[in-house]
Amino acid sequence: MGLTFISSIIFATVVAGTPLIIVALGELVTEKSGVLNLGAEGIMSVGAVVAFAVTHHSGSPMLGILAGMTAGMLMSLLFGISALTLMANQVASGLALSIFGVGLSAFIGKPYESIALASVNPVRIPLLSKIPVLGPALFEQQGLVYFSWFLILAVAWFLYRSKAGLILRAVGESPVSAHSIGYGVVKIRYQAVLFGGAMAGIGGAFLSVFYTPMWVEGMVAGRGWIALSLVVFATWRPGRVMIGAYLFGGCMITQMFVQGSGAKISIPAQFLSSLPYVATILVLVLISRNRSTIRLNSPASLGQPFLPDA
Amino acid sequence: MWLKFEQRPEPSKTMSYVSPILAVALMFLSGLLLFVVLGKSPVEGFKVFFLNPLKDSYGIAELFLKATPLMLCAVGLSVGFKANVWNIGAEGQLLIGALVGGGIALHFEHTSSAILLPAMVVAGALGGMAWAAIPAFLRTRFNANEILTSLMLVYVAELVVSWLVHGPWMDPDGFNFPQTKLLSPEATLPILLTGTRVNAALLLAIGALLVGWIFMNKSFMGYQMKVAGQAEHAGRYAGFSAKRSVWIGMLAGGAMAGIAGIAEVSGPVGQITEHISPGYGFAAMIVAFVGRLNPIGIFFSSLLMALLYMGGEQAQQYLALPSSISKVFQGMLLFFLLGSDVFINFRPRFIRRRK
Repeated sequence: MGLTFISSIIFATVVAGTPLIIVALGELVTEKSGVLNLGAEGIMSVGAVVAFAVTHHSGSPMLGILAGMTAGMLMSLLFGISALTLMANQVASGLALSIFGVGLSAFIGKPYESIALASVNPVRIPLLSKIPVLGPALFEQQGLVYFSWFLILAVAWFLYRSKAGLILRAVGESPVSAHSIGYGVVKIRYQAVLFGGAMAGIGGAFLSVFYTPMWVEGMVAGRGWIALSLVVFATWRPGRVMIGAYLFGGCMITQMFVQGSGAKISIPAQFLSSLPYVATILVLVLISRNRSTIRLNSPASLGQPFLPDA
Repeated sequence: MWLKFEQRPEPSKTMSYVSPILAVALMFLSGLLLFVVLGKSPVEGFKVFFLNPLKDSYGIAELFLKATPLMLCAVGLSVGFKANVWNIGAEGQLLIGALVGGGIALHFEHTSSAILLPAMVVAGALGGMAWAAIPAFLRTRFNANEILTSLMLVYVAELVVSWLVHGPWMDPDGFNFPQTKLLSPEATLPILLTGTRVNAALLLAIGALLVGWIFMNKSFMGYQMKVAGQAEHAGRYAGFSAKRSVWIGMLAGGAMAGIAGIAEVSGPVGQITEHISPGYGFAAMIVAFVGRLNPIGIFFSSLLMALLYMGGEQAQQYLALPSSISKVFQGMLLFFLLGSDVFINFRPRFIRRRK
């Protein structure tokens, strides 16, 4: 196994993990406010198709990402109206968003099938990209990869070092107390939901604009659900999201690994493709096995509607 | 003026029946709007989407054919949903049921025994149950969230189907198409009405609705599950086992989805391919909610959902719109239902805005 091969494996793992980091961090902030939005898969799908269409028509990936983000926020607004304003069951509202989003993306995307986008040149970081092996793997990436690293620090800082983050966590742990000392629970939850939607939209955009620069129906392929599982795996801590995302990223590129290693083993492609899903189930089992870990770390009001009294 | 929701002293029974009707009406309205946005005549769009499919008796028969798997999946899921057991992997359970039942048919392809069909249906149910047992076990033994695990297993099931039809089960005389041999006539469900494709699976589905109704309304276990779903603490205080609710909810959903799967394979599809189900397992969740988790409601909502599927095909043919428009309608319907449900527990009141 040559050094270039190792470098390209790390490169591909980071690329595959990037949308998971972005989407999972968005969902983490949403869940910290006490709201469980299961719609990530639908939001990502719509974000992906909108970003693809805008990039295709405008020629600007930047505009595409912004459009994907905006589409993601609009989608999460639907969830907010249902789950926050109309106080519908959050699980059902999230499922509705996923079903609706996946369907809507297939509908919007039909004319864009079998069109490819030009691949976007990576952003080379001076000096760092000269490091052997790690340089080309980590510092010749797309801008959104660096954004995902920045996002980890930003979300961690926001939640644990800023006043707004403290209020958000208070809303998630005890909405009644937060409300009684004058914080607008529903308003704060709306903001958290919109942030989650924006990140899921960007995550979808990353897939269709950079990862595989084309649109295929169902291309999100469960990444939204994997990102949701990642939040549980990370026990709601931003730093651990990164570890989990690269773990799953690694599972997603096993195909490349098996082919590149030159090993003469014939495993049906479908078995390798099922690895990320099986791995998700395994880590959920490992983390959830200890009930107290989940109970201690998950926001206390997660999934419960809040009714502001008159 | 400011709209405010006031909690009702108790949930309104009337509103729980009005809400689905309101949701359907809202869906029709936004459908008309959608056609306008897409530059189609709304009257023409409505006619093609909702009336064309039903213009002759063949169309009505097709409606029942497509409603059959939805009825089966939805009645099974409703048992779990009542107890807050969120099995969202019916699509995967449907596929595994199709594989196990279809596998029997392929293995005994030269049998003309009368027990072949019943054996296939039972095998389909067992296959679906086995696939649903995984999330049930992981939930009861390891506390793993059944929403995420059951959904992950959908993707795994799709890959298992893909592997079998591309590999070991591929029809050797099938010109390399990813599909198995056609099932023999002995392994095919009998047609109920000549000239249509409606088959005996419809009777199974109606039977399942009856059994579902009796289980939820007349059996002690059904009562326990309803209590566990509506008031978890009350259920625990009364000594109702939460683990048993999970197992029953999951297995009921798996069994029905598995039967739906084998019924598609030994019915309209006729062989195992990668396109056994156009998302019936997911659409069935909407069917269950719109039908108020009640078998009678599910009967009607599955017909409505089948109409949305057929409307999508018509729209593709006559309006040059992608058939996935039916999924847009399905998603809208569920959103409108969840929104309308606010009136069950709350009454709207207009108040002057306080300054």
